[in-house]
Amino acid sequence: MPILWLILIVSAVAAVGYVLGRARALQSAGGDSRNLHSLPSFYGANVTLKILVPAFGLLIAWLLVQPFFVNSQVSGMIPESAIKEGSSRSLVMAEVRRTAFGLDNAVAQGNLTESAASDAQVDVIDVTQRLKDAGQVVTSEITQPVLRAAQSYRAMSATGYAIMSVAVLAVAVIGAVIGWLQTNAEYRARNVVEQGVRVLLLAAASIAILTTVGIVLSLVFNTWEFFKLYPASDFFFGMTWAPSFSGRGGSSELGILPLLWGTLYISIVALLVAVPIGLFAAIYLSEYASPRLRSVAKPLLEVLAGIPTIVYGLFALLTVGPLLLDIFGDSGLGWMKAGTAVMTAGLVMGIMLIPFVSSLSDDIINAVPQAMRDGSYGLGATQSETIRQVVLPAALPGIVGAILLAASRAIGETMIVVLGAGAAARLSLNPFEAMTTVTAKIVSQLTGDADFASPEALVAFALGMTLFILTLGLNVFALYIVRKYREQYE
Amino acid sequence: MNDMTRVERAVDSKDIKINAKKVQVYYGATHAIKDVDVEIEDKTVTAFIGPSGCGKSTFLRCLNRMNDTIDICRVEGDILLDGEDIYDKRVDPVQLRAKVGMVFQKPNPFPKSIYDNVAYGPRIHGLARNKSELDEIVEKSLRRGAIWDEVKDRLDAPGTGLSGGQQQRLCIARAVATEPEVLLMDEPCSALDPIATAQVEELIDELRSRYSVVIVTHSMQQAARVSQKTAFFHLGNLVEFGETGQIFTNPVDPRTESYITGRIG
Repeated sequence: MPILWLILIVSAVAAVGYVLGRARALQSAGGDSRNLHSLPSFYGANVTLKILVPAFGLLIAWLLVQPFFVNSQVSGMIPESAIKEGSSRSLVMAEVRRTAFGLDNAVAQGNLTESAASDAQVDVIDVTQRLKDAGQVVTSEITQPVLRAAQSYRAMSATGYAIMSVAVLAVAVIGAVIGWLQTNAEYRARNVVEQGVRVLLLAAASIAILTTVGIVLSLVFNTWEFFKLYPASDFFFGMTWAPSFSGRGGSSELGILPLLWGTLYISIVALLVAVPIGLFAAIYLSEYASPRLRSVAKPLLEVLAGIPTIVYGLFALLTVGPLLLDIFGDSGLGWMKAGTAVMTAGLVMGIMLIPFVSSLSDDIINAVPQAMRDGSYGLGATQSETIRQVVLPAALPGIVGAILLAASRAIGETMIVVLGAGAAARLSLNPFEAMTTVTAKIVSQLTGDADFASPEALVAFALGMTLFILTLGLNVFALYIVRKYREQYE
Repeated sequence: MNDMTRVERAVDSKDIKINAKKVQVYYGATHAIKDVDVEIEDKTVTAFIGPSGCGKSTFLRCLNRMNDTIDICRVEGDILLDGEDIYDKRVDPVQLRAKVGMVFQKPNPFPKSIYDNVAYGPRIHGLARNKSELDEIVEKSLRRGAIWDEVKDRLDAPGTGLSGGQQQRLCIARAVATEPEVLLMDEPCSALDPIATAQVEELIDELRSRYSVVIVTHSMQQAARVSQKTAFFHLGNLVEFGETGQIFTNPVDPRTESYITGRIG
């Protein structure tokens, strides 16, 4: 039974349960809803909850657990002899899953009958041919053990789903009966529904947190895999970035330092652009501009934050790069060889960051109490003296926090770098040379057709992990500073 | 009413420090202060009393042109400080505020050290030629603010870490440090507990020997305790102005009597 049908049936049972629960509650109160503990709708909702929560909980848990179970069962069926030299059990299992999936699709398309797909005596070559005819991706010739395993994989999955359907429906019906039997005028349905709402909200919050944990764990495990294949000391202290795709390992040099240097260099240039401009803009907007000008100018400035970074990338590639080349290139000062350079990416990224710095700083400067300014004016200070000596020092921790948040954005930025800074990983001090960053290299390592088990692909996870720790550290530090500042004026 | 004040002036022979004539203040279209005439004497504490929103704080802020920082505020009439119009185009409001210091309702020390808080004004106006002169000014001001003994060992500690009463006395010391001639105080004790209030009131009485002090207060007891002259404001008008003792014991205007006996306000 398709899962969609299962969901619809359970929902239908829940809807019927609502109506029945409501009716039973009213009946038990002699038709007068004033005699009920809760409003009639709560009794209906109570029955619905008793049906939906266990049934869908079981459905989700089953869907998560079954693939693991089937995988481990089928994996045990593959003989050692079927695993080729240089391959591994997990690669063969991937092949098995692909074949099983292919068989499913071929049956669905009618290229293969259900009995032929599950027949253990079927001819391997014939099935392979039929799968290819059906347009299913089959990487190599399917071997007998793989086909056997794929067939039992299908069979076990199908049985599993059948049992699951029955179990889920049974749970739904049991839930309905329990909910219905509970219903009487004294039952506190309202409180139960309240608990249900609480659990629902909690579940939403935990999904967000669990996803984060999952992402971090996948980063950690893949990074661990990478360090098994490639020495960590070479990765962290290597001065050269030269991955090789043809050699399949061995000849690659994967040192992170040139990439980190590129990242930091471009970010520093970006911050040198964004911090003064953003900060001065914020000071003007919050201290000097009239309320009317401010109400127009601030949203306009924040439009900058809404531009997709790929558009900034185009701007870097097509406008800023050639412009810089005119001034610093061979026709001008002769420092620059091509339009893609640290300077190009840094300048454009700086423009992108201006609204981050200005908008956050503006809020923080506005949060400095007017009493501070009055105190300073009352002592005969001018406006700029007041800003320099009282407002900015008071707002400084918050501004530092804003700058750190902007910095972590700069470090994580990809598209502007890909288009504006070039792809050459090098350690150089010349800001007019092409360099590249951690993020840009993650993209290029994963967009090739590299084997996902090779260090050349796995390095992307190590790079991502490094970047993640870097920006996480910056964010935590920024939040710490911002929070410390907030307490000052409570 | 004018006859009354003239009589009072004859009794008192001190110099007139600030002379306000026919002052009008508008907030946009609202007429906040109407036709106020006040003469504030040197080396005297003058109290402004009146119900909330009567314009006493607004009028106080006219005296050092703090209202200039509010865009929609407009002031008309003459306010003379030592005979010179402070709203004259040639007068720099920034210089004026150094001469007419101000202490605010809520203690507002800057988030700097105690020393830097007091040194702020002298530094801006270049009152000290070197560090030792600045040290002297800071010590002298803190002594005049009656807080020196409490903070002399921790001048580097942040001013925001002091108690409310100490913060307010620090703010008074900070205002005194620029050598003002007039000190304006906008409800300086409303955020303080009774003990801190008593300390600040005692300080105000001491400051009288050197400065002309103008204090806005909601507490009639406080006005009676610290001031020699009292002005009663009501709905933007100066209702009555005279000797504090006379205002509180024998008010001329029925509105004043109603206010001090608690019938309006």
